[in-house]
Amino acid sequence: MRWFWIDRFDEFVRGRNAVAVKNVSLAEEHMHDHFPGAALMPNSLIVEGMAQTAGLLVADAIEYNRRVVLAKVAGADFHFDAVPGDTIRFQAEILDLKAGGSLTKVVSSVDGRVQGEAELFFAHLEPGEGVPKLFEPEELLKWLDQMHIYDVGRDEAGQPLQRPDW
Amino acid sequence: MPSRDEIFEKVRSALVDALGVDEDEVTPSATMVGDLGAESIDFLDIVFRLEKAFGIKIPRGELFPEHILTSSEFVTNGKVNAAGLAALKAQMPFYDLTKFEQNPSVQNFPNMLTVEDMVRYVQSKVGA
Repeated sequence: MRWFWIDRFDEFVRGRNAVAVKNVSLAEEHMHDHFPGAALMPNSLIVEGMAQTAGLLVADAIEYNRRVVLAKVAGADFHFDAVPGDTIRFQAEILDLKAGGSLTKVVSSVDGRVQGEAELFFAHLEPGEGVPKLFEPEELLKWLDQMHIYDVGRDEAGQPLQRPDW
Repeated sequence: MPSRDEIFEKVRSALVDALGVDEDEVTPSATMVGDLGAESIDFLDIVFRLEKAFGIKIPRGELFPEHILTSSEFVTNGKVNAAGLAALKAQMPFYDLTKFEQNPSVQNFPNMLTVEDMVRYVQSKVGA
């Protein structure tokens, strides 16, 4: 099982930017007792949603040829807490992309208000020593389909993203 | 060509952003690892920020000589040998290796890099 921390993509422009949403629910176990008496989404888990949004954007940009690992949260600020019932919108942008790593900026917002901002740095690891097989193509495609990447995705020229032929 | 002070200010800003340190901690003599707490992944982050701040390209291995420090030709028993020191000096003239030469253990290399080394490196790039 994969730990899904975004519900779907609403926008996805290859190599540039993406928007994903997550609905916060009281059904999530961490709401029950992480902060006893206060059901709110820990900001560390907001960072996870940011990382999944930006990480998939980066992984797509490098054609899933390397494992994209969150290596560093270069800076993060949060302005208020997300609570059950909120829809968090993650807006991710690639600031810089190289073979070995990428720098991204992600803004989380609720009802149009900026909830958090972070710069996330990803390392791109080559398969080989210490890096197991990158993915099972069928499993990854299923995941990407569930995220609606190929429904909303566009390439740099504005054309619909082609679903890879793995 | 920017002045040395202008370069220092931009390097300082890059290090403040990359390492989450205060401006006054970033002095020319501060060591990257010991004083500022840089870890290996931070050097990749710093490369990104210096490239952007100065509009330069930093090829892999130019700022941090991993190809020399991991080579059996240049490292003997965990220490950089004479050929390795010569290679470091030739390829990285912007680093002050005086202290490192006293105990050229590979492990010591990251510990001896200072903010001033970063400034001199950038000077060598923008002045080229």
